[in-house]
Amino acid sequence: MLKITDVHTYYGAIEALKGVDIDVHQGEIVTLIGANGAGKTTLLMTVCGRPPARFGHIWFDGVEITRRPTFEIIRLGIAQSPEGRRIFPRMTVFENLQLGALTADKSGFADSLERVYTLFPILKQRADQRGGTLSGGEQQMLSIGRALMSRPRLLLLDEPSLGLAPMIVKQIFRVVEEINRDSGVTIFMVEQNAHLSLKLAHRGYVMVNGRIELTGTGAELLANEEVRAAYLEGGRH
Amino acid sequence: MSAQVSASRGSVSAPPIMAIALHDGFLGGAVALLFTLPLVGFRTVEALGGLSIETRLIEVAVSVVLVALGRFALSLNRQGLSLPVLAGALIGLPVSALLPFPTMALQLISVVGCVVIGIMAGLRLYAQRSHLTQTERTQRWDRFAAHIQDATFWLGPVAIGFAILLPLMPFADRRLLDIGILILTYIMLGWGLNIIVGLAGLLDLGYVAFYAVGAYSYALLAFYFDMSFWLCLPLAGLLSAVAGLLLGFPVLRLRGDYFAIVTLGFGEIIRVILLNWYQFTGGPDGISGIPRPSFFGLAEFTRRPRGDEVAFHHMFDLDFSTLHRMIFLYYLILVLALVVNFFTIRIRRMPLGRAWEALREDDIACASLGINRVSIKLAAFSISAMWGGFAGAFFATRQGFISPESFTFLESAIILSIVVLGGMGSQVGVVVAALVLIGLPEWFRELEQYRMLAFGAGMVLIMLWRPRGLLAHRDPTIFLHKRKSAHQQLVEAQARQ
Repeated sequence: MLKITDVHTYYGAIEALKGVDIDVHQGEIVTLIGANGAGKTTLLMTVCGRPPARFGHIWFDGVEITRRPTFEIIRLGIAQSPEGRRIFPRMTVFENLQLGALTADKSGFADSLERVYTLFPILKQRADQRGGTLSGGEQQMLSIGRALMSRPRLLLLDEPSLGLAPMIVKQIFRVVEEINRDSGVTIFMVEQNAHLSLKLAHRGYVMVNGRIELTGTGAELLANEEVRAAYLEGGRH
Repeated sequence: MSAQVSASRGSVSAPPIMAIALHDGFLGGAVALLFTLPLVGFRTVEALGGLSIETRLIEVAVSVVLVALGRFALSLNRQGLSLPVLAGALIGLPVSALLPFPTMALQLISVVGCVVIGIMAGLRLYAQRSHLTQTERTQRWDRFAAHIQDATFWLGPVAIGFAILLPLMPFADRRLLDIGILILTYIMLGWGLNIIVGLAGLLDLGYVAFYAVGAYSYALLAFYFDMSFWLCLPLAGLLSAVAGLLLGFPVLRLRGDYFAIVTLGFGEIIRVILLNWYQFTGGPDGISGIPRPSFFGLAEFTRRPRGDEVAFHHMFDLDFSTLHRMIFLYYLILVLALVVNFFTIRIRRMPLGRAWEALREDDIACASLGINRVSIKLAAFSISAMWGGFAGAFFATRQGFISPESFTFLESAIILSIVVLGGMGSQVGVVVAALVLIGLPEWFRELEQYRMLAFGAGMVLIMLWRPRGLLAHRDPTIFLHKRKSAHQQLVEAQARQ
């Protein structure tokens, strides 16, 4: 569904991605793990065209989306919950969700809203509250909910566990699984929390310094010695 | 132990309050002497055979004494003796109002000084008496502002009703109508600029450019093609919108300060073009004799209609009065302003308006939602410019004369102050700020150039007390459960913090 081949992305003269190949198939949950500064977020941003890839190609559903403007890429059916959530703090939860549906077909609005409220009941309670007054976990839910409002076929999640309590992280990951299972939304997720995200994912990639070093199913990666040493045992080696 | 230390420090090392205050007062007086002697003390007067210098030592002495007294009072106030300072200010107010000062300006400074010092002492006294912290006091002000915002539900229609009835009141003379028209023009400009600054969050420092394009569009179309106001009004709006698009394109990639600086440049470019294109725009001479608007093309506001013209007072069987045209202009700008307001209220509920607000809140998130930022920025630019153009055409027809003088950066700054001080994005805030910033100085017009003091004072007071704007509360456009009042929302938000 999403095919990334030999993508190089630059920030000025600095090469952040040094030839990345990733395949995400229809209906999968794919996790990309890696240390800080490996280029995970850059890859997600490159998929959305900001910054655009300087070399290489990105296809979505057989359509080449490399270097197309962001809004066109998004309208093809990709939604992103960006790093740091980036909800609209002065707008209410409901207005945030409405904005998520801005590019979607108007007739599906009530359905999408109902679906998001079923996944995250707290958002319904908080509907008239300003986004900025939500807790971190609720903001993350809102960010994912907002992304879902456009009825995407591919959902990009950038560190949904960032700065959240373990309980909340588990809850969010459960919902991510539910989104994938019940609605058939393909999910490509970037995470630091390697253990939980690999357990959840069908397949995973490990990124080091702008390159993909390892790939395999979630279970394989969890069992892999290198991965365990680098990402799972917290530097105890 | 510590009490002993502080007690001994208080009695030995700290000089008494009076000494500090006197010292401050003398120092202030000395500095004042240093400045006023060359600036105020000497004046060149035209005498026979050239200029001669005249001394004004009395003025110097009075200003030095005023500054010294003021500094003394402020120093006392800062050290906690607010009650005597307040009393002094209250006594000083009538005294300075009655005393024969050598010039009007000094008297004004003295009166204003008493008022300001009195207010400061009063506030400090209040702060001493109440046990609230600064944050709690700010929150209380926020809640008060939220109350006002809620009151706009019924206050808005009341204010509109008042604005409609105003020209019909017996006390509505020429001067009041003139001020009303001016304030309404700025309210309209403020509402127009609010779209780009308040909603889309793009700091436009050159809004006056569109105002100028609108004004010159009408003036030039009328001058060269003899077109009527009613035909030119939409054209002026259109041309301004086109100007907005043209200026919008190059700044699309910029944001923040850079964006602001470039728009500032555009504002100046338009003015400089108008100033230098002498053959076409008349340059610094401006354009005079701009035709006044007719009564929707049906009648003219004139005493003796020429040819086949119909006079307004004949049409309605009234006695001729020059006020008729003023009243008509007043209603015209009122309607124009209300159209802008209505448009903004509506567009906030529509996808375009929501996209603008998303852009203001977080432009990266905005892009990630599939919003085409280029097109919505251009839309904000051109729509905002269009309203500015309408206001400009109105300005031209009201003045009958325009020149580049009217479209300096100061105008942009005033319009922007109205938007920012009113609370960015708040429609009511614009009205309140326009009343304060335009109404006050206009009311004090007798004080000539010193009336700008009122403008400055209004601005400083707002910055001190409401740094985020008078009514900085963003009202949601839609409610799922039940509409909550701004006050209620604020109380809940404050409770959660």
